[in-house]
Parts: sequence; C-alpha cells; structure tokens
Amino acid sequence: MPLALEGSQALARAIALCRPQVVAAYPITPQTHIVEGIAKLVADGQLDCEMVSVESEHSAASVALGAAVAGSRAYTASASQGILLMAEVLFDIAGLRVPLVMTCANRALSGPLNIWNDQQDSMAMRDSGWIQLYCATNQEAIDTTVQAFRIAERCELPVMVCVDGFTLTHTLEPLEMPTQEQVDGFLPPYFFRHGLHPDEPRSLGTLVGPEHFSEVRHAHHHALLRAQDEIVQADADWGEVVGRQYGGLLEVRGEPEATLGILTLGSVLGTLEDAMEENPDLPRARFIKLRSFRPFPAQALREACAGLEHLIVLERALSPGYGGIVGPEVQAVLAGQSSPPKIYNVAAGLGGRDMSLELYGRLVDLIASGREPEPFCIIDADPMLLPEEDR
Amino acid sequence: MNANPSKGSTLAEIPISIETLRSRQPRFRGLESGHRACQGCGEALAARLTTEAAGPDVVVANATGCLEVFTTPWPQSAWRLPWIHSVFGNVAAVAAGMEAALKQQGRATQVLAFAGDGGTFDIGFQALSGMMERGHNVMFVCFDNEAYMNTGVQRSGSTPHAAMTTTSPPGRERMGKRHMKKDILSIIAAHHIPYAATASVAFPSDLRKKVRRAMDTEGASFLQIHSPCPLGWGHDGAKTIEVARLAVQTGLFPIIEMERGELIGTLPIRNPRPVSDYLKLQNRFRHLFADDFRARKELEHLQAIADRNIERYELRGVRAESYDTEGADTVHRGGDRWA
Repeated sequence: MPLALEGSQALARAIALCRPQVVAAYPITPQTHIVEGIAKLVADGQLDCEMVSVESEHSAASVALGAAVAGSRAYTASASQGILLMAEVLFDIAGLRVPLVMTCANRALSGPLNIWNDQQDSMAMRDSGWIQLYCATNQEAIDTTVQAFRIAERCELPVMVCVDGFTLTHTLEPLEMPTQEQVDGFLPPYFFRHGLHPDEPRSLGTLVGPEHFSEVRHAHHHALLRAQDEIVQADADWGEVVGRQYGGLLEVRGEPEATLGILTLGSVLGTLEDAMEENPDLPRARFIKLRSFRPFPAQALREACAGLEHLIVLERALSPGYGGIVGPEVQAVLAGQSSPPKIYNVAAGLGGRDMSLELYGRLVDLIASGREPEPFCIIDADPMLLPEEDR
Repeated sequence: MNANPSKGSTLAEIPISIETLRSRQPRFRGLESGHRACQGCGEALAARLTTEAAGPDVVVANATGCLEVFTTPWPQSAWRLPWIHSVFGNVAAVAAGMEAALKQQGRATQVLAFAGDGGTFDIGFQALSGMMERGHNVMFVCFDNEAYMNTGVQRSGSTPHAAMTTTSPPGRERMGKRHMKKDILSIIAAHHIPYAATASVAFPSDLRKKVRRAMDTEGASFLQIHSPCPLGWGHDGAKTIEVARLAVQTGLFPIIEMERGELIGTLPIRNPRPVSDYLKLQNRFRHLFADDFRARKELEHLQAIADRNIERYELRGVRAESYDTEGADTVHRGGDRWA
C-alpha cells in the first residue's frame, strides 16, 4: 500500500532497510531531511547503526571510507558545496575501490550562493571514478538506493545516487516502500574482503609509482565499464522482487517511433512527459532517460537513438567556456553511426529556475525553426535580465 | 613484506609461517626494518616504538607524509599491521570511521591514527578536533618533526620560532620563522579528552608506557612524539637521540601527561641545559649564531620560551629521581628501572 512520504523521509527509510552499519553526514540543504530521518530511526532503536555526525563533509566521506575498509556497510549523503569539500576524499574512495553508497541531493554550486536544484555538483564529480545513477522520481530513488548497495558491493566501486534537490527530496507523494524481507533477500549481509583485519594485515592506499599507476587506472576504468552489466542486473533482479524497473542504464519512454528525441537526467522528465500529453498539437518525442551517467552507456545509447533525426540533450549543468557536459559525450558516442541525429545541446533549470510545461514547446521549437543547431545555449535565460552585450 | 599478502606474497615462498616468524621475534614489530627512511629518522623510530607497544590487535590510519611514503612503495610494505592511507587531512576521520565500524561489529581491535605535525597541527586539525569532540576510541599519534619534511622542509604550525625552513628562510629581513610553535597540547587539553601526553624518542620507556596507557584508555587519546628529522633539522643522523634529549633537557619540548585536560605528570629536568646547546647542533638554527644583534635577541627569545615552559609545567627537578631527564631509560643494578 502506498504511503504519503516526503522524498527525503522515504529515502531515509529505504537506506535503513539496507541495514547500513555506519552512517556519516554533515548537514547541507537540501540533503538534511535524509540524514535527520536516519538519525531519528537510530535514536528510536529501529536501526542498529553508528550514526556519526561529523564536523565537515570532508570528514563525512572519510568516516564512511574508514567504516567501509573496516568491513562495514557505510553510507553518506551530501549536496553542492558539500560534494566539493568531499571531492578529494571521493576520488580517493573510488581509486581505492571501496564499496559505499552516497546520495547527492543535487543542488547548484556557489558563487553566487544558490541553494536550489541543478546538477552542477554531481557533474563536477564526473571524473571521480564513482558510479553515478540519476533518478527521475522518488520511487526510482528508493529502488535505486537499494540497488546501489548491491552494485557497489558486487563491483567494489562506490555509487552516487543523484536525486534532484527539493524537486524530489522535499516533495510529498504516495510511494511504495519495500519490506525488510524484500531488501534482506536482495541484499545479504556484506563484509568487504579487501578490508582491514589484524588476522591478515594489508596495506591500503600505499604509494604507487609510475611503474604500476597506469595499471591501477586501467583496472578502475574497466571495472566501471563492467559495472554496466551489474547495474542492468540489479535493476532486473530488484524488478522481480518489487515489480518496478527503470531500464537499467537508460530508459526509452514517450513515443518510441518518434524521430525527435529528448535526452534528460533526473526529475525534469515528468514535466516533459506531462507537457507532451497536454499539447497533442505539438510533435511527439522519444524520451531517453539517462540513468547511468557513469559508467556512460555508449552501446545502449546508440540503440536508444536509432532512427532519430533530431536529439535534444537537456542538461541541468554546464561547462563554462565550452558548453554542455552530457551533450558532447552523447555526440561522441553517436558520431560513428551511419546517420546520426542532429544534436541540440541545451541547459535549463539552473539554480532552481522553474521548468514549467512550456519548456516542452520551447524545445520542440528548436527543431521547428529549421535552423542549424547552436553548439549550446541556456534555453531559459531571460534576455531582459542579461547585460546588453550578452543578449 | 608484500603490501597485499593475498596476492603473490614473497613471504609465502619462505618455508616458515608468519606466525612462527612473529613468535620468534623478541617482541612484536608492527613496522619492519627495510623501509626507506633516512638514516637517523626520528619518525621511523617513534613509529616502531609506538607499534611495538601497541601490539598486533590494531588497525592503523596514516596521514600523507614521510611515514606513509617511506613505508609503502608499492608492491612493498613495511607494516605488519592492517594499515590504510587515504589523504593528508582526514586521518582522524578515517580512524573515527574504522572505530565506529568496529564498535558496531562488536570487535575489540584498537584504532590508531598516525600523522606528522602538518597532519595534526594544520591540515588535519579540524578532523582531529571533531574526532576528539565525538569521543571516538582512537589513539591519535602525532610524529612531530616540526615542518613539512616530505615535501622538502616547509614551515608548519609546529615549526619552532626562528627556525629556518625553505619557506621561512632567514635573510636580510627575516630571522627564520616569524611565528611561534602552536601550543597544540593546550588545544588538545581544551577538548578534555581522557588522556593526552607528549613523549620523545630519546625516552623510549616513557614513550612505550604512554602508548600502553593510551591503549588502555576508553575514548580519544593523543600522543605528541618529538621526532627529530636529520635532513630537515640539519643535524648528524647519528645524533638523533642526543638532539631529541636536549630538546627535553632545555625545556623547549616539555614531557607531560594530561587527564581530561588536567596536568597529571611531568618528566622533571634534573639539570636544565641552555637552549644554545640544543640549537647549535642543528643547521636550522645556524643563523642564530651569527654576529648579529637580531640573532642574539632571538636566542634570548628562545631561552625565554624554554624558561617559561619550565616554569609553567614546574619541570625543574628538586632531587635526582629515577624518572627524570637523567634517570629515565637508565637501567640501574638492582632493578631501579622506571617503567
């Protein structure tokens, strides 16, 4: 039976169902409700877990790292500046191939200060070597969190579950919570076999010189590429338990036969789907919901884009001085195809800018104008608010 | 030994088990010989003494620094203990995480955190303060060699006043480091942790006793071990112990113990020595012996710091004791050996 839950509260419950042994976190909007929820479950004796409320995100990631190498299932959560403060440790966790799970409650980065939703924070960690899974709904966030622990533990890689701040984390909606039996059956107790134990004294994080460093990176890269199978498998297996699936690496939705594609990450998908249904006079689109950004699902993406004439890559972040982040990657993997679609790379919804139902029409207009696509634009920037020379 | 015993260990090819090897050793060695420290490295000695006294049922988190670099050039490792290095500033947090995990798992293994003075006084300080505030059962050991030695001797918050480093060079406008050595132990004391102490490689029995005491302490404990660096301090590698001993005998490095922030013991100085005896053995203070008014003022300044330490901690011994700067670590016929 569905429960009316705030996204963060539902995530806290989902994480508790995964029985983490150590949770470390530092408060940052919009992540706070998640860790508050976990802290309350621990305080009420509903979760046997060491909850470590640390003095910075740098330490939150470090405590999670220490807990994981000491053999425990570990979890942390953050957003925005917190992700950046963690950055050094996040790269280290991935490089050491330590399995743990974190939630990124996606938020814009400073400066100027902005506490609202976009995806610049997790995109900044693109090259950290973490698996990154983006969720379109709170139901997906719950189910992906459960899957994330299994993916992390089987691949010995850390997994970041990216959930749009406020849009998902602070939205109350009816959600199906899995049962403890379902999660226990899917996620057996775990002990990190490469962890630290006095009976078998290992040295982790040693000094690795030029003689071995390339091989470390090679192995890490290939572990991420191989993780694609595990991501698909986890989604399929969990789907059998709860009857909900999210397409593994990506999901094709909307009008599958359409020649216009729109690729999105995260929660904006629901808005676009609603807009398409409410505007039957507008051309219909094939939606490609990119779930796994790292590893980047090149083959699955080529298959999903087959037959497209136009593809709009809609992002919630950018690389200033170049343009999009996801767009160029999509362009690169489609480049060798026999008749690749024309790619329109746009950003929207930066720093919490509302993405209303009109967005769909504006995107479709890009194609209807018949113009050659601009390399990149922030489609919802208001010219009247810009200095004259930038309009 | 191999850094990862499960993967093609060379030790596995020796027809003798690790357990037998261990049992034949006079005492447990957590840090093996054969590592790449410089001759006369005070930090290597301090780490060996610490891990010997701590025993095998520990896990170690190690901050970035010489100790990490000279002990673990992949695929080798000098550690016989489970050991992790993450980054420079997070050793206390990694240790806190390991402690939380072991506690949740119901394991009694003790957690040690090792850092140099940079990883303690400066970049690692916030994580250290947080770990102590939360009361994790972690023994934090600062191997204090008073500068960033691993990167080539740059000044740290622990570098003594007037010392020369590559980023506090003496010159026409400067007499070495302009600022004071941070009084880290007072800051630690303000956290009111169960046990905090200073020690020196010149007094190994005292050092071992303090390690055992810290290991027996429930909650956070802190040891600051004065560890001369022949390369960075510019002294003969054969004189590491002599230099370390003089730091204590002059009063520049007081040996003290604290419980919950209260002073509970000191190593009395039987015959206080002038600071110049200590300073003149080291190139980092060479500029203080120039024929220069400012140099003489700085020497007086350093002597005043030492005098102030002796006064503040009441370090001056009133009579010859088995536990003072002359008696400690001296074995007397008839068994009057302290500790």
